[in-house]
Amino acid sequence: MTTTASPRRYRPPVPLGGRRGPELRRAELRRADARRAAKAYAFLGPALLIIVGFVFLPAIQALVTSFTDASGFGDPAWVGIDNYVDALTSASVLRALLNTVLYAAMYAPLVILTGLGAALLLNRDDIPFRGFFRTAIFLPFVISMAVASIAWSFLLDPDLGLVTYWLSLVGVHLGDVFGTAATALPAVTAVAVWKNFGYFMVIFLAGLQSVPRHLYEAARLDGAGRWRTFFAVTLPGLRSTMTFVVILALIGAFQAFDQIYIMTQGGPDHATETLVYRIYTDGFRDFKLGFASALSYLLLLITLVLGLIQLRINSRHEEELE
Amino acid sequence: MTATAALTTAGGAVRRVRGGATRAPIAERVLVLAGLVALVFVTAFPVVVIALAAFSPQQEVNHWPPRLIPSRLTLDNFAGLVERLPVLQQSGNSLIFAGTVTLLSLALNTLAAYALARMDFRGRGVLLTVLIATMMIPFQALLLPIYQIASSLGWVNTFFGLVVPRAADVAGIFLLRQFMITLPRDLDSAARIDGAGEFRIFWSVILPNTKPALLTMALFNFVGNWNDLLWPLIMTSDSEVRPLTAGLALVTGSATSTAPYGVMMAGALIAVLPLVILYLVVQRRFVEGVAMTGMKG
Repeated sequence: MTTTASPRRYRPPVPLGGRRGPELRRAELRRADARRAAKAYAFLGPALLIIVGFVFLPAIQALVTSFTDASGFGDPAWVGIDNYVDALTSASVLRALLNTVLYAAMYAPLVILTGLGAALLLNRDDIPFRGFFRTAIFLPFVISMAVASIAWSFLLDPDLGLVTYWLSLVGVHLGDVFGTAATALPAVTAVAVWKNFGYFMVIFLAGLQSVPRHLYEAARLDGAGRWRTFFAVTLPGLRSTMTFVVILALIGAFQAFDQIYIMTQGGPDHATETLVYRIYTDGFRDFKLGFASALSYLLLLITLVLGLIQLRINSRHEEELE
Repeated sequence: MTATAALTTAGGAVRRVRGGATRAPIAERVLVLAGLVALVFVTAFPVVVIALAAFSPQQEVNHWPPRLIPSRLTLDNFAGLVERLPVLQQSGNSLIFAGTVTLLSLALNTLAAYALARMDFRGRGVLLTVLIATMMIPFQALLLPIYQIASSLGWVNTFFGLVVPRAADVAGIFLLRQFMITLPRDLDSAARIDGAGEFRIFWSVILPNTKPALLTMALFNFVGNWNDLLWPLIMTSDSEVRPLTAGLALVTGSATSTAPYGVMMAGALIAVLPLVILYLVVQRRFVEGVAMTGMKG
């Protein structure tokens, strides 16, 4: 900030390029910079305040708490990485992690395949009522997982459920799907697929619009059959959509909670306990704050890794396109 | 988005007919229609069951073999629901919670998105990177510390506590930013030459052109918060401020629940009805909004 000239003296407007010294010009630019930044941060301020207060600070606090034995009572003591060690060696946490991974391994392929299938059925102009079909298939998106869970526990009730009854008429005896260890996890997964596949369908429909039409024409002229066309034109054209939905489905799967809370409470015999369900019970029911914070950080790390994979794949796609 | 129809099917094998449009054989189209009807049945059926069971007499809901169509309609289930749950109040709570979050984030997210999309300032690149990283932090992982912070501020069991931590969100900011970036530069250059200030440009040039994205974000925000369970579940222990979804889950959806199915369905119906109506009115926006979020990936 060493301006040599007196700022009071009148100066005619400076022509572009400047007849004053470069020193002065730079100072002026700096001031303009600062003014612009001040304006921008005035716009950003309110939102940043919320994000700092309720994302950044909590993220730091969770990290700190995860290294303590905080329980909400008394002064927490520093325990180093004990919580993480305990979590990763505890049979019940490992079970919850395994459940979460199994849930994700069922949920992601199912919701993507049904979403893609529905999109392929709908993505043609030679059928009537397309708007109606799209609206109806997307409908569960606006229905809360809580309500979906209440509805499906009624429909699949072993003693009163309509679906149970209809299936029994054709010789399929479901039994108590949510109350049996072997079927509970697939059942809560199915409810999530029911709620979300319409959402994935819409994403795929948008993706299908971006597959170049002339490629289909070329495939047709080459005499490619429909499967050939699907694998050679449609699927490659959906590549970036596919990355997006796979990560979206996986991240969503690792956050499963609502339908488990309502339909199974983690049971029977811990068969549907997921990571977020454990964070809830350890943190808010048993007040093992330190331990639950360590579990939270496990969830955070898993999500972060998935997000980074997506960023990486995306940037590689973009490089290839350039 | 799908208004302009695809000229060829994803399947490939198509036959040109007079007039230039392409159509698959009739058998194939019938099959496709049958598949779509089956999907609609799967998605709509539970909703129909909720609506019918809510008005069914108790003994017909708790009856084997179950029947879909009640022999007569009754409001008994709603009476039973009101006995167990302050439905009207909690619906109001949901409206206040979801509505305020939506309005606040409309204001805060648009302001932030404008700065990130249309203003050039030092530190923008770093800020963008930090915010993208922030987007990857799942809300569930921060539940515990957010609750602790809210609790130390005395915000537990208040609308303040429910709303303020959600008053801005990075995903919403990015959705709007992506949209604002696509608006031509000439728009604000012209206004700037006329001597308009930054806020003026934001308010009367950029905002009117961002309407579709604003509506999309508002809808997603409203639906997401109205339907949210975990957050209101931990932030409210008091039924006075508890939103309906959490209230319903506590009454009907726990192991200790004694509410009969008819009553549960009455509650479920009240919880979904506002959103289903909203969806049917503006369904185009929902669908295009999802497409919009999907495209940026």
